[in-house]
Amino acid sequence: MDAIVIERLTKTYRPTWPWQQPATVLRDVSMSVGQGEIFGFLGPNGAGKTTTMKIVLGLMKPTSGLVQLLGRSVKDVDIHKHIGYLPESPYFYDYLTAEEFLAFYGRLGGLTKTELHQRIPALLERVGLTEARCRPLRKFSKGMLQRIGLAQALIHDPELVILDEPMSGLDPVGRKEVRDIILSLRDQGKTVFFSTHIISDVEMVCDRVGILAKGTMLAVGRIEDLVSRHATQSVEVVCEGVLASSIPLIKDAAIRVLQRGSRCWMSLPGQQKLEDVLAAIRQAGGKLVSVIPHKATLEELFLEQTNQGV
Amino acid sequence: MQSLLVVARNTFRETVRDKILYNLVFFALLLIGASVLLGELTIGEQSRIVNDVGLAAINLVGVIMAIFVGIGLVSKEIERRTIYTILARPITRTQFVLGKYCGLVFIGGLNIAIMFTMFLSTIWLSGNSIFGSLFQAVELMWVEVLLVTALAMFFSTFSTPTLSAIMTLGIYVIGHLTGDLKAIAEKTKNPATESIMTALYYVCPNLEWLNVKGQAAAGVPVSGDYQVAATTYGLLYAGLLLFGACRIFERRDF
Repeated sequence: MDAIVIERLTKTYRPTWPWQQPATVLRDVSMSVGQGEIFGFLGPNGAGKTTTMKIVLGLMKPTSGLVQLLGRSVKDVDIHKHIGYLPESPYFYDYLTAEEFLAFYGRLGGLTKTELHQRIPALLERVGLTEARCRPLRKFSKGMLQRIGLAQALIHDPELVILDEPMSGLDPVGRKEVRDIILSLRDQGKTVFFSTHIISDVEMVCDRVGILAKGTMLAVGRIEDLVSRHATQSVEVVCEGVLASSIPLIKDAAIRVLQRGSRCWMSLPGQQKLEDVLAAIRQAGGKLVSVIPHKATLEELFLEQTNQGV
Repeated sequence: MQSLLVVARNTFRETVRDKILYNLVFFALLLIGASVLLGELTIGEQSRIVNDVGLAAINLVGVIMAIFVGIGLVSKEIERRTIYTILARPITRTQFVLGKYCGLVFIGGLNIAIMFTMFLSTIWLSGNSIFGSLFQAVELMWVEVLLVTALAMFFSTFSTPTLSAIMTLGIYVIGHLTGDLKAIAEKTKNPATESIMTALYYVCPNLEWLNVKGQAAAGVPVSGDYQVAATTYGLLYAGLLLFGACRIFERRDF
């Protein structure tokens, strides 16, 4: 059983006035998130990530399509006992202290007093806010708010954690802390579904990713599979004593050539013509300095996909 | 049920920590000031004047708080997006609306109870007698606060805070003029005016039924039947508005 199943999800906003056009922000989005995996939901700003998450949580109703969480309908209120959620740029009740805040969300999640007494100190410790436990949230910095937000998403020990841009606005130390928490959740067997537009965050923690642009799902799968399937694996060749412009084979094969005196740098789109190029260099009396296969990155895939999608 | 109580308790705590109950200081000053001043100016009618001013002040402060806190608390949840994390929990939207309402009703009741206690103390200290009719008037004021809170919440589930405040205030004023609306409908020769006034008369709550301040201040009680009928009317109307608010809230996107 998958933790999240989304099938042919479409969301169209009805116009407020008759002369306005309906706006479709999600088109036939389908994907699934397996239990125990960390799934990164990538997309540029305005791609529809937050809308998808809101529909998954039941905050919005889809125009058409199906959403299932842990094998049950999102309309089933009880399923929310097993889900933790952190919205983007969260704003919380600033008149509550950190402890009161977690107790409020814990009680909403159905925790007993005894469970709260055990969970709250442990979670505050985990997000590094033990010292600030009696401080009202209005005195918290942005990073602290993000961490207490993460704690509220975890207070009831959910099976599935949905995080909307959890690292946005955090400094490098804060981002690393959030990444560590996400990884520790996977170690506990939890499923994490998080959205971001910061690719390095996804590369560091995710098992699988989905790329969304302009409301359309462009790619879903393991990072290695997607990268090898979609993005080009270029090869960087550096040689000495060769004038690349004088060798037609190099001119045809390379996608970019840079000549700096006797040193020539070129980029080949793949390994198909590498042997021919090396032979041509040797034949021209040149000396090979380096051959570096350039591994395609998720960033290249993301840019390739989103440029096609846009 | 537990979720509803958690939301109600938090609403109460929010109102207390937002220092909303500071209005009681204003009320106390108004009451004591008016009693001292008017006591000096009026001879023989001091008791009536103190009762009038006291009941009017309780009513005014109670209703203003119901409108602005009622609208503000729900709108703030939506604007500041705190509602996202709440509705992501095992709580239905109806439970959320009712929880908010219960919290507001409790704070409104507490506010009125404190003001009424201060009012009774003022009467006692000024050496006047405390009429039983004052309790009747305050009970109906509380019902009015319940109804106005439900009205404010109803509008704030689908409208902006400013528009909600205007509509709630508008209906509050019309609700106290329903007798005039009926009189206009009967006297006018314009069929359109007659239809509009008749429609307003039947749709808007008749808040004058809940207003017995005048006779209560003079120590004239209303009958028990009237008290029960007016209370039932107010509660039913509030229930209808809450039902509408819950239905709208269930349907909307966040």
